[in-house]
Amino acid sequence: MSSNIQNAAAPIVIPGHRSPARVAGPRSKFGPASIGHTLGHVSPEIAKVGLSEICLSYRTHGGERLLALDHINLQVRPGEFLCVVGPSGCGKSTLLHLIAGLHPQTSGQILVDGRPVEGPGPDRILIFQELGLFPWLTVGENVEFGMKMKGVSKAEREEKTRYYLRLVHLWQFKKSYTHQLSGGMRQRVALARALATEPDVLLMDEPFAALDAQTRDLLHDELERIWAETGRTIIFVTHNVREAIRLGDRVVLLTFRPGRVKREFSIDLPRPRVLEDVHVAHAARAILDELREEINRSLEVEYSVGVKPHLAPGAEQ
Amino acid sequence: MKRAARLVIFYTCLFGLWALLAQLKIWPPYLFPTPWGVAQELYYGFSDHSYWIAIAVSMRRVLIGYAISVVAGMILGLGVASNKFLEETMGGLLVSLQSLPSICWWPLALLWFGLNQKAILFVVIMGSLLSVTLAMEDGRKQMPKIYGMAGRNLGARGFQLFWHVLLPASLPFIVSGLKQGWAFAWRSLITAEMLYVSLGLGQVLMMGRETSNMNAVIAVMILIIGLGYIVDGLIFKSMEKRLQHKWGLTAAT
Repeated sequence: MSSNIQNAAAPIVIPGHRSPARVAGPRSKFGPASIGHTLGHVSPEIAKVGLSEICLSYRTHGGERLLALDHINLQVRPGEFLCVVGPSGCGKSTLLHLIAGLHPQTSGQILVDGRPVEGPGPDRILIFQELGLFPWLTVGENVEFGMKMKGVSKAEREEKTRYYLRLVHLWQFKKSYTHQLSGGMRQRVALARALATEPDVLLMDEPFAALDAQTRDLLHDELERIWAETGRTIIFVTHNVREAIRLGDRVVLLTFRPGRVKREFSIDLPRPRVLEDVHVAHAARAILDELREEINRSLEVEYSVGVKPHLAPGAEQ
Repeated sequence: MKRAARLVIFYTCLFGLWALLAQLKIWPPYLFPTPWGVAQELYYGFSDHSYWIAIAVSMRRVLIGYAISVVAGMILGLGVASNKFLEETMGGLLVSLQSLPSICWWPLALLWFGLNQKAILFVVIMGSLLSVTLAMEDGRKQMPKIYGMAGRNLGARGFQLFWHVLLPASLPFIVSGLKQGWAFAWRSLITAEMLYVSLGLGQVLMMGRETSNMNAVIAVMILIIGLGYIVDGLIFKSMEKRLQHKWGLTAAT
C-alpha cells in the first residue's frame, strides 16, 4: 500500500464551513490574507524553505543501512505555519534536524531563501523536544545566548531580552534558573530564546508533547499570537493530529519508516481555532484515518520478529 | 551547632589523648612530642617567617602546576572524548599512565631539567594532569548531547561553543576530577620538595628530620594537612555548592 503513495500527493483541502472557498493565508484572522498561492503547490522560487528529494539513511548498530527519509519534497511559504505529523519513527524530528543544519542529509537539497543549507544558521532556529535550555544560565541569559553568539551589543541584547520575555509573559522570572520553573514556563523560555535570535524560520519539535492539556491550550494561543505578531515561518512537528489542525495552515502526513510525504492537507478553518471545535474534530478524522494506517504499519514492524532498532541519526555519534 | 559541638568534643578528646600519652612518657619526647611543644614550634615557625615563606613557595608552585594541568588536561580530555581515534589509542594509555606514581617521573625530570624548580613543576603536572584529563573526558561523555546541539543551533562555533556551552555543561561532571587533580598535585609537590633543598613545605619537613626536631616534623605535617583541607573545604566545596544550586541539584536541606 505504501508503494503507490506519491511523494507529493495532491493536497486535500479541508474547508472551513464559514469560508468554504477562501484559502487561508498565514495571518488570515490577524492581517490581510494577501497570499493567494495554491496551497501545497508553492513554487520553489517563492518558497522560504524548499526540500527537494531529501533522503537520509544511516547505519544501525547492527551494521545494516536503514532508510529514514525517502525523497521528501516540500515547499514552505514565507510566513506559513506548517505542521508535520506522522507515527513515531517516521523521521519527522530528523527532518527538522536536517533543516536546522545539525545533521547532513544523505542526498537531496534543502534551500532556505534559495540558498542551500550548510550547517546551522541564525536564520533557522530549532526548539528541541527536550528544549535544551542551559541550566547554568538564568532565564534572561538563556534568552540572550543566541544574540551573544552573534555579537549583538549588550544594550540591544538587554532590550530584546526584555521584549521577548514580555512576549511570553516571563519577564519577572529573568533571574530564575530553569529548574525553578514549571514545564510550561520552560517551554516559553525556549520559545523566547529561539525568537530572540530573530530567525526567519522557527522549527519546533513536538514542543508541547510533555505538557498537561490546560497548559498546552494556553501555549497554543500564545504561539498563534506570537506567530501572527512576528510573521515567522513555522515548521511544527507533532504526533497529535488535533494539535496540527489547531495550529497549521497546512498539515503534512509522513509515512512510517522510511518517511515519505503521504498526503498534504490544507486547513482552511478560521482562526483562532479551538481544539474541541466540531470542525477541528471533523478535519482531524480525515487525517487520523490515514495516520492510523501508518501507526498500524509501525506496530506490525515493531512487534514482528526482527525488531529493528530505530535510532535518531544523531544517536549513533 | 550540634555538628560544631561534636567536632569540639572529638578534637578535645584527640588532643587530650595525645597530651596524656606524651605526659606518661612511654616514649622519649624526641620521638613522641607534646601538643604544646608542637604549638610552640608552630608559633616560632610563623614568627620568624620561615613557615610563611615555605607556604608561599609551595602554594605558588602548586598553583602554577595545577593551572597548567587544568588547561592542558581539559584540552586533552576534550580531544580524547570527541575523537574516536584518540579515544581508542590515547584513552588506554592515559588510564595505564595513571597507575604510575607521580614521583616516578622525578628521575626523568632531574635528567631533563636538572635539580631545580622546573623538575618539581614537572612532577606536579604529571601528578595532576592525568586525573584532570580523564575527568574531562568522562565529563564530556556524560554531558547530555542536547546542550552541544542547542549551542550549535543558536550559533555557537568552535571556541565559543567550548567556552560557553561544552565547558559549563560538563562542569558538574568534572568538578570531582578537578578536586582529585588538586589532591594529586598537592601530594606530588610535597613529595618532590622533600627530595632536595627547595624552600617549600616538603623541605621544611625534611629539615625537621635532619635536625631531629620532632616538634617541627609534626608541626609541618599539620600545616600540610591544614592547607589541603582549606583548599578542598573552602574552594572546591563552595564551587560544588554553587554548581548544585544553579543546576537545581541541591537536596532540600
